[in-house]
Amino acid sequence: MVTAQGFWALMKRPALLLFAMLIASLALASLAVSPAHADETNTDKYDYIFSGNVKYNDKPLAGVQILVDGGGYSAEVLTDDKGHWEVGVPKKEKYDVTLVESTLPKGVIVAPDERITISDKGATVEAEFGLTKEKSVNFFLGEGVRKVTPFYERVIGSAINGLNFGLMLALASIGLSLIYGTTGISIFSHAEMVTLGAVTTLFFSVFLGWPIWLGIPLALIFSAVVGYGQDVLLWKPLRKRGLSVVQMMIVSIGFSLALRYLFQFFIGGGTTLLPTDPSTTKKLNIFGIIDLSLVDMVSMAISIVVLIAVAYWLLYTKNGKATRAINDNASLSAASGIDVDRVIRLIWILGTVLAGLSGILWAYFRPGIKWDMGWQLLLLIFAAVVLGGLGTAFGALIGSIIIGLLVELTPLWLSADIKYVGALLVLILVLLFRPQGLLGKKERVG
Amino acid sequence: MDFLGILSQTAWWILAPETIAYALATVGLAVHFGFGGLLNFGQAGFMLLGGYGYAISILSLHWPWWAGILVGIGASVIFAVILGIPTLRLRADYLAIATIALAEALRLVVQSTLLDSVTNSADGLGGYHESFRASNPFPQGTYGFGPWTYNETELWIRVFGLILLGLAIWGVWALMRSPWGRVLKGIREDEDAVRALGKNVFAYKMQSLIIGGVLGTLGGVVLVLPSAVVPQVYLPSLTFFLWTILLLGGAATIWGPALGTVIFWLVYSFLGLFLPGMVNAGWIHGVTPSQVGIIRFVLVGVALMLIVIYRPQGILGDKRELSFNARK
Repeated sequence: MVTAQGFWALMKRPALLLFAMLIASLALASLAVSPAHADETNTDKYDYIFSGNVKYNDKPLAGVQILVDGGGYSAEVLTDDKGHWEVGVPKKEKYDVTLVESTLPKGVIVAPDERITISDKGATVEAEFGLTKEKSVNFFLGEGVRKVTPFYERVIGSAINGLNFGLMLALASIGLSLIYGTTGISIFSHAEMVTLGAVTTLFFSVFLGWPIWLGIPLALIFSAVVGYGQDVLLWKPLRKRGLSVVQMMIVSIGFSLALRYLFQFFIGGGTTLLPTDPSTTKKLNIFGIIDLSLVDMVSMAISIVVLIAVAYWLLYTKNGKATRAINDNASLSAASGIDVDRVIRLIWILGTVLAGLSGILWAYFRPGIKWDMGWQLLLLIFAAVVLGGLGTAFGALIGSIIIGLLVELTPLWLSADIKYVGALLVLILVLLFRPQGLLGKKERVG
Repeated sequence: MDFLGILSQTAWWILAPETIAYALATVGLAVHFGFGGLLNFGQAGFMLLGGYGYAISILSLHWPWWAGILVGIGASVIFAVILGIPTLRLRADYLAIATIALAEALRLVVQSTLLDSVTNSADGLGGYHESFRASNPFPQGTYGFGPWTYNETELWIRVFGLILLGLAIWGVWALMRSPWGRVLKGIREDEDAVRALGKNVFAYKMQSLIIGGVLGTLGGVVLVLPSAVVPQVYLPSLTFFLWTILLLGGAATIWGPALGTVIFWLVYSFLGLFLPGMVNAGWIHGVTPSQVGIIRFVLVGVALMLIVIYRPQGILGDKRELSFNARK
């Protein structure tokens, strides 16, 4: 009982009073939305009605929660003693009907079915009205325990995925960054070099039917040839012609458009899978928390080995040092006897091969090969490269891993269809606060 | 093959709403790149804001059609400011990457289920035409001749679009011969020199970004007037088609965008009918009619490369007035 004294004490502290009022109104509100027997929701308000019966072993289950959601409308209902529920909806549209599994008795779950998707909330089916204004939606229940993965395990799982994705992103980004560093062009057609690796693997291993251990090296060799060819036939003549950096960038956009639609011309608009042994894509449990398939592990191992090799090449070999010198100052390098054109050609070959490899690995990760897959990756590559510092190889590596983690961790909190948006916003934020990137030097930015 | 039919259907595109919309958006791009030297690769994002701003204001807020256009313009001004603040002080290619990224982010968000109740996610928006059509000054009937025969709604959309396009071209012409335009062109040629004269370079570039963006938005409105708002339209490819058009006509010219758009759509729609026609007539073997249509996109890419390499000033341009070499 609230005494008069207590009441005045409340009045003297407005914040507390507000809080009390908030609690009271919340309690009222919760009373209003959850009546004891709400087996019918909005059925007299709307014409279109979903209904169903929840039974387990022919015994009706009462108090099971059903959610109906779609077209900006959502409603919920609890089953009555006969296990019956009805929900009215405003429009003849597709709705998601979800049975909240936590309201079922212990040991009972919704039986697995291809129509059903399982989420944190429960089991969901898509329901649509036929010719009538009524539609019955029933769930088949079975015995079992829904294994709910603890949140930290999902974080670890997504982080491992993100690392894997980040590493293959790094393969593509380092090439783009080195090309930028040596020639000054932001090369949009790099996206198609990613697709090229995957598409040529598809050509050798699916269309020609050669084994995959032969198909992948052949695809990489082909990438090297394309890398050499595009410098000899396109970029070097353009440099000699005196095209400005912006002009070359737009040429690369045209090149990218042309190649992308050529891929679509040859392989069509669908997604094609590379041949894989099902045993290699089965998730193996490691240390009880990490689920990784053999393909994932091999892919990460390849990325790491190749990235270390590239780092070694850049730091300790003659050509690598020459690359870094040109990166710093091309005219000075030329004056001190470095054959700039030759190094640039090497960089084109290296960059194209790395992009091709990244495309092959990504084809397993996605999974599947699509004509515009590289283009989907391009903006993430740019985000990674700008985050790390345009033109810096090691910055590209760090940026890629951060972007990879960000992309894979986003769906834990937000809807999966915007998982690339975060990476693009990072790009804007970096430009706003540290335009030279994490490892870039300030004077690079102009 | 029915050549006359193909030519007549091709001629229809000269005055198609898509053509007018592309021309408007390309005039905007000319203000950005041709006159200001700004590498905006996100014009599709400005067009998206026009389409969605228009449709959402009518469908969700129940506002009249002209208010919808104003909402689109307001949204694109805000978008331009958000885009410009971090990037206009930086080198040109940063603006390029930022604009394409933000335009894509915008498309992914409207297409996601996040705002489903407003944007209808991947299905897009439709059924917002009533108020625009109610303000149609033309009485019911059939107008025009030949391929350009329209009912009153089709005519009203075209007349409205052409008025906007005329105003845009006149406005750009007037602006570019004004002191403001001369400063902008000066920034394109040598930013530091203009800064040394005491001009606020950042403000001029921002104004250029906003004006061009608003023109893109108006193009976006005209694009959605005939049928529906479809999110998959606003891909980066749309921006690059506009770039091809701009560079074809002449980036730093008044009439280049309009000329480029008409040529683009004539060639594009002609090939869209002629190539499948050749397949059906048995002149080309081994490909399907829909597959051969993809060749058009390849040609757009090749055309873009060739224009930039061999005629960067475009059809109407002057070689002395090139936007490319402006900033390093």
